[in-house]
Amino acid sequence: MLKEGQVRIPSGCAISGFINRNGERRSGADIVTSISYMKERSNGLGGGFAGYGIYPEYADKYAFHVFYDDEATRKVGDDFISEHFEVVDCSTIPVREHPGIGKAPLIWRYFVDCRTSKLKSNQLDEREYVAQCVTSINHNIDGAYVFSSGKNMGVFKAVGYPEDVGEYYKLEEYKGHCWTAHGRYPTNTPGWWGGAHPFAMLDYTIVHNGEISSYAVNRNFVEMHGYHCDLLTDTEAITYIFDYLNRKLGMKLEDAAKVIASPFWSEIESSAKYTEKERGILRYIRANFPSLLVTGPFSIMLGFEGGFMALNDRLKLRSMVYAEKDDTVYVASEECAIRAICPDIDGVLSPRGGEPIIVRLNK
Amino acid sequence: MAINYIPANFDVVRDHTRCIKCRVCERQCSNEVHYYDEELDTMLCNETDCVDCQRCVSLCPTKALKILPNENRFRKNVNWRQQLMVEAYKQAETGGILLSAMGNPEEFPIYWDKLLLNASQVTNPSIDPLREPMETRVFLGKKSNEVKYDSEGDLVLSNTAPHLELSTPIMFSAMSYGSISYNAHASLAKASKELGIFYNTGEGGLHKDFYEYGPNTIVQVASGRFGVHKDYLDTGAAIEIKIGQGAKPGIGGHLPGAKILEDVSRTRMIPMGTDAISPAPHHDIYSIEDLRQLVLSLKEATEYKKPVIVKIAAVHNVAAIASGVARSGADIIAIDGFRGGTGAAPTRIRDNVGIPIELALAQADFRLREEGIRDNVSLVVGGSIRCSTDAVKAVALGADAVYIGTAALLALGCHLCRDCQRGLCNWGIATQKPELVKRLNPEIGYKRLVNIVHAWDHEIKELMGGMGINSIEALRGNRLMLRGVGLNEVELELLGVKHAGTAI
Repeated sequence: MLKEGQVRIPSGCAISGFINRNGERRSGADIVTSISYMKERSNGLGGGFAGYGIYPEYADKYAFHVFYDDEATRKVGDDFISEHFEVVDCSTIPVREHPGIGKAPLIWRYFVDCRTSKLKSNQLDEREYVAQCVTSINHNIDGAYVFSSGKNMGVFKAVGYPEDVGEYYKLEEYKGHCWTAHGRYPTNTPGWWGGAHPFAMLDYTIVHNGEISSYAVNRNFVEMHGYHCDLLTDTEAITYIFDYLNRKLGMKLEDAAKVIASPFWSEIESSAKYTEKERGILRYIRANFPSLLVTGPFSIMLGFEGGFMALNDRLKLRSMVYAEKDDTVYVASEECAIRAICPDIDGVLSPRGGEPIIVRLNK
Repeated sequence: MAINYIPANFDVVRDHTRCIKCRVCERQCSNEVHYYDEELDTMLCNETDCVDCQRCVSLCPTKALKILPNENRFRKNVNWRQQLMVEAYKQAETGGILLSAMGNPEEFPIYWDKLLLNASQVTNPSIDPLREPMETRVFLGKKSNEVKYDSEGDLVLSNTAPHLELSTPIMFSAMSYGSISYNAHASLAKASKELGIFYNTGEGGLHKDFYEYGPNTIVQVASGRFGVHKDYLDTGAAIEIKIGQGAKPGIGGHLPGAKILEDVSRTRMIPMGTDAISPAPHHDIYSIEDLRQLVLSLKEATEYKKPVIVKIAAVHNVAAIASGVARSGADIIAIDGFRGGTGAAPTRIRDNVGIPIELALAQADFRLREEGIRDNVSLVVGGSIRCSTDAVKAVALGADAVYIGTAALLALGCHLCRDCQRGLCNWGIATQKPELVKRLNPEIGYKRLVNIVHAWDHEIKELMGGMGINSIEALRGNRLMLRGVGLNEVELELLGVKHAGTAI
């Protein structure tokens, strides 16, 4: 059986996530509970979580979570990481044996700083340097896969149902101000841990439900700009789109949402909700970034340092609801996943297609 | 009298029980095939001059006529086909090069017909264009990736290169006034305006009457520079530098003096009755750096307000040439395939020079992406796009839009008799004879053009909806939506598509 990267595998899915605006941290057990209520949206072939604010003791270090196929590959990966970074701490990620989780790869965690000399000689911005190193490992070292690479955040994922994955990684021992989760329903069985969500690049993480019909176009574009779509998944492509627009070009997320899920021309040109200036901006966006329009059904949650965004495709072909209580914003594929951890929530709303929910931490 | 070695191509078959001797056929035939014999009181014909344009068949009120291939055959020879023998006789007689019109009709692979499209099932929904918006609007030109914000925090519309905005990714390709008639141009111009697309003057200049259609006109600058002046450049929505044409790559053009009547002469800015000869190369472009100078000169002359298109023929090295053109400052590259039409071309060149547009397009798109400059230019392809699925497949292979020429002429009544070079077009299209030109009514012609493009646009939307794509941008270069059938590995690799049956 071919694994991800050798074959393109569409999936249906469940997503859930929450963020506390004040940065108050909550146990990872909550997000595990939430996603478990949507079990029938997953099929046991992939689950994962992203937590933000989980490593306060190493808040200014890049935290790399890495899968290795075997010891030999780990040595190659170790060497690469040590050559390019000052490793402050390095250990396996603690897990508990779980009947729902099959054979695991080696799972390592590194807290690192960039090597100043390398940064200088490469004349790169620190984040670009990290991004390039991570891309290099994933693209060039067969059997090594960095699946998390941001600061004070981390991704935990595996092949299995998401609630089993959560227990396996002992998420109840982590506390974060923002958590996202994903249960996967792929239409093929790769059995590869790297293929589970969230997909991450620096502090950007994406959980995604859908199958985008624009994949090849989006992929052509990001590959032209230096990314390697090794996994052949929609989620990977979407992550790179956000990385390109938001980090590389400096585009606001509000505008990036307009690129990815543009309003229809019929709306841009006749809806009273836009001012002339807004129409001009939308026209500019649609005329200049056509290759980053994402079509087909999707609901995504983008986690990033300092906030989180949820977005539906412009026709809203995937379910996604949100609600807010006590400065915590919840988003999920289904209402039950929110009520599971916040039973007395007031109203659950359904964002319109293409209208982003963007939440930023209060300073 | 010398022996005629060449039998007639066609049999004109008349059902005399139906014929009412109204003589419409006789009046309609510019080739003077039909005539009335008073003594016999019957219609007779000289089929030797018949070109199978089907005008008489279409106009015969009693459906008494049929044009069939002449069944008379030379002795069968797989190597020396009859066509080759006839051509040898012709050249022995005249000493001249053979001329033909319209696109290469020979048996070469047609890759469009070996590509199949995808549709959504279960894992993602197809979209119904009757219920949901389905977008085919396209912008052609260099894409900007500048992101700056103003003091109010709004995105600044910075450094936008000029774009052409098309309501659907279809344009009418270059056909000069001279090679086609005033009424044909009038139809194309009017239809483009109504459709929100563009037509192209070809290298024949722009008739004063059509300046009002400037916002929907692409003005061409070709090697003969016919009809090029300041107002002409200023009037067009975009300027196309014609380097080559799919039907005759590597050679120029020749409009015989007989077609240079008063209006054509004024529009082309050459004396009446003189031959209009376009040189094979532009004599100010002997290399790529010269092209850059011409592109920039034209931009300078029009204050950088208009996109510049560079049109090249699909030849062996097309990908590298496209890359050079993309770096020349051009905004749009038009590639014309070896099946592309023409008003007249040397037969040997038309039928043997150039490569299929499908391969040229796929390779140009690859090359521009590999070099990271795909968004500096748009790609437009023609020669030949025959129907909406050809257009959809072209977009999926990387085209931003397509040019249609022959299909547009068919809408105007052309029957592809491929005899345009003689200027006797019975349909009023490829002729300058006033009595023939008036047969094409621009009011009817433009509506037929609008209809065909609307019909294609509907079909494109249906196909997109089936694929779960609701905007044409998400189809451009989307090779996952294509599968090849009956293609070998080299062909699949060149096209960048997998064979039918291969999963995504």
